[in-house]
Amino acid sequence: MKTSSIIILVTIAAAIGALLMYSVDFSTYDTIASAKEKQGTYVHMIAKLDKSKPIQYDAIKDPNYLSFYAVDSVGGSTRVIYRNTKPPELETSERVVLKGTMNGDVFDCDNILLKCPSKYKDDKSQLEKTLTTN
Amino acid sequence: MTFENEHLLPGQIGHFFVLLAFVTSIVSAIAYFKASRISLENEKGYWMRFARGAFFLQFISLISVFACIYYICSHHYFEYLYAYKHASLELEAKYLLACIWEGQEGSFLLWSIWHCVLGSIVILTAKKREAPVMAIVNTAQFFLTLMLLGIYMFGTKIGSNPFNLTRNELAGPIFSQSNYLSFIKDGIGLNVLLRNYWMVIHPPVLFLGFASTLIPTAFAFSSLSNKDFGSWVKPVLPWALFSGMVLGVGIMMGGKWAYESLSFGGYWAWDPVENASLVPWIIMVAGLHCMVIYKATGNALRAAYLFTILSYLFVLYSTFLTRTGILGDTSVHSFTEAGLSMNILIGLYVIGITVPVLFLFFKNFNKIPSIQKEENLSSREFWMFIGSIVLFLSAIFIIAVTSLPVYNKIFGTNLADPQDREFTYNKVLVLVAIIIGLLTGSGQYFRYKNTPKKYLISKLIWPFGIALVISVLLGFIYPIEYVKKGPGFLAAIYLALFASIYAVVANTGYLKTVLKGNLKAGGGAIAHVGFTLMIAGMLVSSGNKNVISDNRFTGINIPFDKDPTGRSTENPMENLTLLKGIPTQMGRYIVTYMDDSTSANEKTRTFYHLHFEKKDPKTGETLENFVLSPDSYRMKDNNLSSNPDTRHYFTHDVFTYISTISVHKTDDDTTTFKIKEMAIGDSAFYDKGYFVLNSVEKNPDNERFHFTPNDTALVADITVHGNDSTRHKAYPALTISNQQLSFIDDTVITQNIYLNLSGITKDQKFKVGIRENNAPTDFITLKAFIFPYINLVWVGLIIMALGFVISLVRRAKAAKLISAFAIGFVLLSLIYMFLLANA
Repeated sequence: MKTSSIIILVTIAAAIGALLMYSVDFSTYDTIASAKEKQGTYVHMIAKLDKSKPIQYDAIKDPNYLSFYAVDSVGGSTRVIYRNTKPPELETSERVVLKGTMNGDVFDCDNILLKCPSKYKDDKSQLEKTLTTN
Repeated sequence: MTFENEHLLPGQIGHFFVLLAFVTSIVSAIAYFKASRISLENEKGYWMRFARGAFFLQFISLISVFACIYYICSHHYFEYLYAYKHASLELEAKYLLACIWEGQEGSFLLWSIWHCVLGSIVILTAKKREAPVMAIVNTAQFFLTLMLLGIYMFGTKIGSNPFNLTRNELAGPIFSQSNYLSFIKDGIGLNVLLRNYWMVIHPPVLFLGFASTLIPTAFAFSSLSNKDFGSWVKPVLPWALFSGMVLGVGIMMGGKWAYESLSFGGYWAWDPVENASLVPWIIMVAGLHCMVIYKATGNALRAAYLFTILSYLFVLYSTFLTRTGILGDTSVHSFTEAGLSMNILIGLYVIGITVPVLFLFFKNFNKIPSIQKEENLSSREFWMFIGSIVLFLSAIFIIAVTSLPVYNKIFGTNLADPQDREFTYNKVLVLVAIIIGLLTGSGQYFRYKNTPKKYLISKLIWPFGIALVISVLLGFIYPIEYVKKGPGFLAAIYLALFASIYAVVANTGYLKTVLKGNLKAGGGAIAHVGFTLMIAGMLVSSGNKNVISDNRFTGINIPFDKDPTGRSTENPMENLTLLKGIPTQMGRYIVTYMDDSTSANEKTRTFYHLHFEKKDPKTGETLENFVLSPDSYRMKDNNLSSNPDTRHYFTHDVFTYISTISVHKTDDDTTTFKIKEMAIGDSAFYDKGYFVLNSVEKNPDNERFHFTPNDTALVADITVHGNDSTRHKAYPALTISNQQLSFIDDTVITQNIYLNLSGITKDQKFKVGIRENNAPTDFITLKAFIFPYINLVWVGLIIMALGFVISLVRRAKAAKLISAFAIGFVLLSLIYMFLLANA
C-alpha cells in the first residue's frame, strides 16, 4: 500500500470523523432551575413527580395530553406537559428523566424515562419488601 | 435451627459442579499452555490428553450445573434465591429457559456452555493449533466460571452463586421461623417483557455469537505466539464466517423480539444494548473481508489481526456496557446494576485475554508480512479494503456515540443523549449504506490485482441501469414519504435505496453471469444480496412507516385544555382512544374494540380484541376483516406492560399495541332514567350540558332505521350539547309491534348518557328519559402502525445467513452431506422463525 491508497484512506477517515463531530449534538442533564435559564434548549431533566399537585390526564378526551408537576432535589418546580399517553408507572416512580425544552414556566416534554422500584430485581431491600407481601 | 421443607440436595450437587468446572478450567488451561510450549511428541501428547480430559469434565460439570438450575426453577424451590427471583408458579413451562437466562448467572452459564461446545469442535478439527487455541478458550472459561463462584476478592464479592439460599441472602423476620418457606407463596417470576418465545431462542443464539468471536481471537493468538503469521487465516475463515452468521442472526432476532413484544414500535431503536451487539458484528465482518483479501493477495493481514482481536474486545466492552448498570438512564433494557464486582470481573477478563493478544500483535507488528507494492486502484482487494475500513469506522462511530455514559463517568461531564437519538445514527449510517451498497455491488466485478476498464464498464453498466430504472420507478409509484428531516435526508435515503438495489442486482447478476449459477462458489454474492436487500427493506419499512392511529382525523379528540405554550402540534398525535363497541376510523380501517379476555394461565394478562375492517370506498364491499388482540399485563403496583399484536401480510404489517387501559370500578349501575317532558324545540339540562329535541319522526327510513309505513314507530332527533362544546346526535325510538311496546335507547358514550323515548303525554309533549352514568366507560388507548415491506428485512436476513453458511461449508471443506444438512437447517429454521412462526 502506498501514497495514493493512504491518501484515500485518510480522506475517508477524516470525512467520517468530521461528520461525527458535526453531527452529534449532545444534550445535557440539567436541574429544573438551570433548564429554566436555558429557555428553548433541549435538555434532560432529572426530577420526580410532585405528588401534592394534580396529574391531569383523561384518555377519553385526549389520550395525547398529560400534564403534571415535577420537582427536583434542589428545590426547583415546574409544570410538565407531555403530548403522549400517561406512563402507567408515573405515580409509583421514584425518579423521572424528562427530555424536552423549557418554554416559559412549562416544560414541553417529548420523552419520559421512569425509574421504578419494581424494576430492580437485584436490589436486595426491594426483594426483601416483596418477600412478605405476596 | 433446621428448616422445614427445604430441598438442599440439588443445590449441593450444583455447587459441587460449579467448583469442579472452575477447577477443571484452570487445570485444562494450564495443561494446554504447557502442551503448546512443548515440541516433544511424547510429552506433548501426555499434556494434551490431560488437558482434554479436564476440558470434557468441565463440559459435563457445566451441563450438570445447568440441569440443577433448571430443576430448581421448574420445581419452584423458592428456598433458592435464583428460583425466587426468576421463577414463579404461573410461569408457563416454555418460559422456564427464558427465566434461567434472565439472570446474570444463567446467561454467563449459557455463554460458558457455548464455549465448551465450540471448544469441542476445535478439538476435533484444529489439529496442531488445538493447544494454543484451547488454552485461550479455557482461560475465558476460567473467568466465566469465576462469575458463578461468588467469592471475595479485594474485599468485593465477585460473581454470585446461583445456588445461594434465599434465607442466607435476604433478611426478614420470616427467616427466624423454621417454617419460613410456607410464607413464600410465589416467586417474583420472569419480567413480563421477556415472556415471549423470542426470549427463549434469541439469547442462546446471541450468546453463541458472542462465544464464537473468541475462537478467531484464539487463532490469532496461536499464530502470534508461534510467530507463524498468516497460516492461521485459512483455518480461521470458517470460524469467522460462523461468527458473522450467528451474531448477525442473533442481533436481528433481538430486533424481531423488540418488534413482536416491545412497545417502541419497531425492530431497531439504536438503543445502547442493541448497538453494543451490532458493533462486534460489523468489525467481525470487516475482519472477515480482510482475511479473504489476505488469502487471495497477501494484503491486509495486519488489519485481519486487528479486526479479529477488536471484535472480541468489543464483545467484552458490550458486556461491560450492558451489565454494569453504567447505561443507567440511556437504555430501556439494560441489565440492572451489578456494580463493582462486574467491573472487576470484566476488567480481569480483558487484562487476562485481550491485552496479551493485543500486546503480542503490536510487538510483532513489523514482523507480520505485508506487501509493500502499491495496490492497484482497479483491483478488487483495494476496494474490499476500503469497504472494510468504512465498516470499521462506522462501528467506531456507533460505539463512540453509544459510550456517552462512559465519558460522563470518566470526565465527570453531564452530557445527555441528543434530542433525536435515532436520527443522530441514521444520518451517518445512511451515508455508510450508500458507500457499502456501491462497493458491494461493484466489488464483485473487480478482479484481484487488476481489472481491465472495458470489462468493468461492460459488466457494471447493466446493474447500474437496472437499479436506476427501478429506483426512479419506485420514486414515482411508491415514493418514500419521510420528509420530516428535510429534503437532504430524503435524498440520502433515495441514494441509499438506489445503492442497495444496485448491489442486489449486481450480485444477483454476478451469480448468474460470472459464476454461471454455481451457487456453491457464490456464498459471498448471496450474502451480499441478502445484506443489501435487508438494508433496502429497512429503508422502505422505516421510511414509509405509517401511523394510522392518528388522532387528528377522528371524531372524539376534544381539546379540553388550551395549550399554554401555544405550540401548534405538527407531529401527529399517535395515540387513539377506542371506546368499547364504538367503531372508529383508523387509516383506511374501521376499528372496533369489541371485548377483552383474561389469559388462562396468567391472571394479570388481558387480551383486547380489536376488529379491523377495511371497505372498498366505492362499492362498500369488505376487503379485509380481521381481529387483532394486543394484550397487556397489569401488575400489582399498577405497572402496565403491553405486548403488540401484528397482522402480517406479504407486503405490509399492521401493528398495534395498547398504551392505556381503563380501570374498572365495580360500582353498581343503579341510576335510573329521569323523564323530561319536552315539546319539539324544547331543551333540557343534564349534568354536563343540555340537549335539544329537534323533531320526532314517524316511521323514518334512513341510514339508521328502516321502517316501513306498516310499522308503528316514533324516532326522536336529539342534539346533545356538552359543556365541553361538543355536539352529538342521538336517536332514541319507540316501536309498537304485536301490541307490544318496545324502546330502542341511544347512548352518547363520550358524555356517558343514555337517552330513551318513553312516550307521549296527554298535552302532546314527548317523554324523553335520560340516564347519566358516572362509571367510566370501557376504553383502551392504542397506537397502530403500518410497516410496509418489512418482510424484505427478514427475507434479506435469511438470504444473508444462507450466504454465510454456503461460504462456511465451502471454506471448511465440509463433506457434501454435512454441508447440505447445515444449509438446510439454517434455511428452514430461519424461514420458520422469521416468516411463519407467528404469521
